[in-house]
Amino acid sequence: MINRLSTYLYLRPRLILLLLLLPPLIWFLVVYIGALIIMLVNSFFYLDGFTGQVVHQFTLQTYAKLLIPTNLQIFFRTTLMALTVTIACIIIAFPLSYYMARFASPRMKTFLYLAVTLPLWSSYVVRVYSWKLILAQEGIISWFARLLHVDGLLTWYLSSKLLGGPSLAVSVTGIFLVFVYIWLPYMILPIQTALERVPKSLIEASGDLGANPAQTFRNVILPLAFPGVIAGSIFTFSLTLGDFIVPSLFGNSSFFIGKAVLTYQGTSGNIPLAAAFTMGPIVIMITYLLIARKLGAFNAL
Amino acid sequence: MSDQVAVEFKDVSRVFSIQQENQAGSVRAVDHVSLQIQDGEFFSLLGPSGSGKTTCLRMIAGFDRPSDGEILLYGKDVSRLPPYERDVNTVFQDYALFPHMSVGENIAYGLMIKKVAETERNKRVDEMMDLVRLPGFAGRKPAQLSGGQRQRVALARALINHPKVLLLDEPLGALDLKLRQQMQVELKFIQQRVGITFIFVTHDQEEALTMSDRIAVFSQGKIEQVGTPAEIYEHPTTSFVAGFVGVSNLVSGEVAKRITGSEATFSVRPEKIHLATANDKVESDMFSADGKVRDVIYLGLYTRYLVELDGGGDLVVVEQNLKTTSMDVMKIKNQNIRLFWKKEHMRYLGDQK
Repeated sequence: MINRLSTYLYLRPRLILLLLLLPPLIWFLVVYIGALIIMLVNSFFYLDGFTGQVVHQFTLQTYAKLLIPTNLQIFFRTTLMALTVTIACIIIAFPLSYYMARFASPRMKTFLYLAVTLPLWSSYVVRVYSWKLILAQEGIISWFARLLHVDGLLTWYLSSKLLGGPSLAVSVTGIFLVFVYIWLPYMILPIQTALERVPKSLIEASGDLGANPAQTFRNVILPLAFPGVIAGSIFTFSLTLGDFIVPSLFGNSSFFIGKAVLTYQGTSGNIPLAAAFTMGPIVIMITYLLIARKLGAFNAL
Repeated sequence: MSDQVAVEFKDVSRVFSIQQENQAGSVRAVDHVSLQIQDGEFFSLLGPSGSGKTTCLRMIAGFDRPSDGEILLYGKDVSRLPPYERDVNTVFQDYALFPHMSVGENIAYGLMIKKVAETERNKRVDEMMDLVRLPGFAGRKPAQLSGGQRQRVALARALINHPKVLLLDEPLGALDLKLRQQMQVELKFIQQRVGITFIFVTHDQEEALTMSDRIAVFSQGKIEQVGTPAEIYEHPTTSFVAGFVGVSNLVSGEVAKRITGSEATFSVRPEKIHLATANDKVESDMFSADGKVRDVIYLGLYTRYLVELDGGGDLVVVEQNLKTTSMDVMKIKNQNIRLFWKKEHMRYLGDQK
């Protein structure tokens, strides 16, 4: 019986392919694409301010509302944050990944892998809350600053209107620090994988042809690791763009996209505006990927 | 070819430390090697894997440094110089072409690093592509080329820099037999045209014999013998060389005593031994032995016979099928036969058994 079934399927490769792809296809079409389409459709409805009901009628007025200066500022602030977090993650992740891929002994590599992925085993919310303690007014950083007698410097920094706040735990700097901490593993792993795949002989060949280590890095290692950097930055960028927990916990009254969506959808029931807001990160992400493609990030794929 | 020494090894050793199961140890990959390679020579480092030939090449290139001794490049000690400060270039076993660059960019890489102007660069790239017979391939990516074509690009990329010495690390290993034989001839031709010293690492004795002016045979980190292909083949000085380069019958102990009267170790090539017919007479400058033909293997161009000697020992004999047919040679199986060969073809290898 099993044999006959096997033979039947063996002779029909297309049927096997269909059976294999059916579950992911259904999941993908219904859960991902379906949800996105519903959101897109919703963003073209509007909320009747008088009745508080969503009016199911095609209109662009929700988008018009989206593009008022306050909301544009939210987009700008969030994108800027996502970019800074991404750049900081690249700066921290690259040297570590490079060390892991090129120099670390097998034992050291295992240890570092574990160290990088270990935080991902515990709950995101727990880790974020623990940072609340680190950054709080009476937290570790303040304590350490007092120990080094630089608490004056910290106070001066926090008095900055743009980056500061009552304490690190309620400031743009705090949000930035927590984001970098939370998303760093997603940057390290792809860069490390990309660097690992650069054969040693390519680096030797470059040196053999007269390139000093700096030139080899610029001409060979960096271009070949670039897809990994882009892959990592897609994670850090999009995750920062959509997150609402960190800005809610560490931010002041200024909104980020995620928080705005939560407020409109949850508190005021303005699903059309929340949906329109969500289209924002999607458009930003698409722009980001187009720029990355222009820079040649996917040439080596 | 001038009398200048291109590369000289002065008592060079390379020791690798290894860690296994928490036990530290060390391996002598290259063991007190001294060697002189002349300017303009096609020189081969021949040996089985793990014999130290590749480590020697890597030390000339600068990817590895000697633990002991000196390596001189045209009289100058380069042992401590990084690869990018040595006037040598390498053709890698896996070609090591940069996958993100086109063929033209790959070939121009060395000139780009030296900041040679672009017009000059393009001119020389075109020249090189002609030399390796790949005109019009500049725009392609390495991934779009066949193994043989990548091989040529790697060669062009190294030669464009006019190095004093070109190092080739088993560059033909990945090619199929026909292409390999074609590339052997072509490499030799290119070497003669550009007049650069080629140092060629291979484990294929036939390849080394085909292309080299001189060969160094490596075994276990040491050089067994250095010489021209003919010297290496005709006059092996150790039993390792006799066995590794071509096929040899090694004769020692009792068997040697019966044939030559001496108990030392000798080697004799299978093609030097003849099967005696009724007309053949064993002259005074010849050795002879009697035995029984145990096996006959017909190989078209020649036939290989395995002869079991009376009183012990075997000899392999090869004869060309000049007049015989497969039917003829098969008839000889299990017959008693006399073998003879010239005394000068019986190479004395030492008193060791």
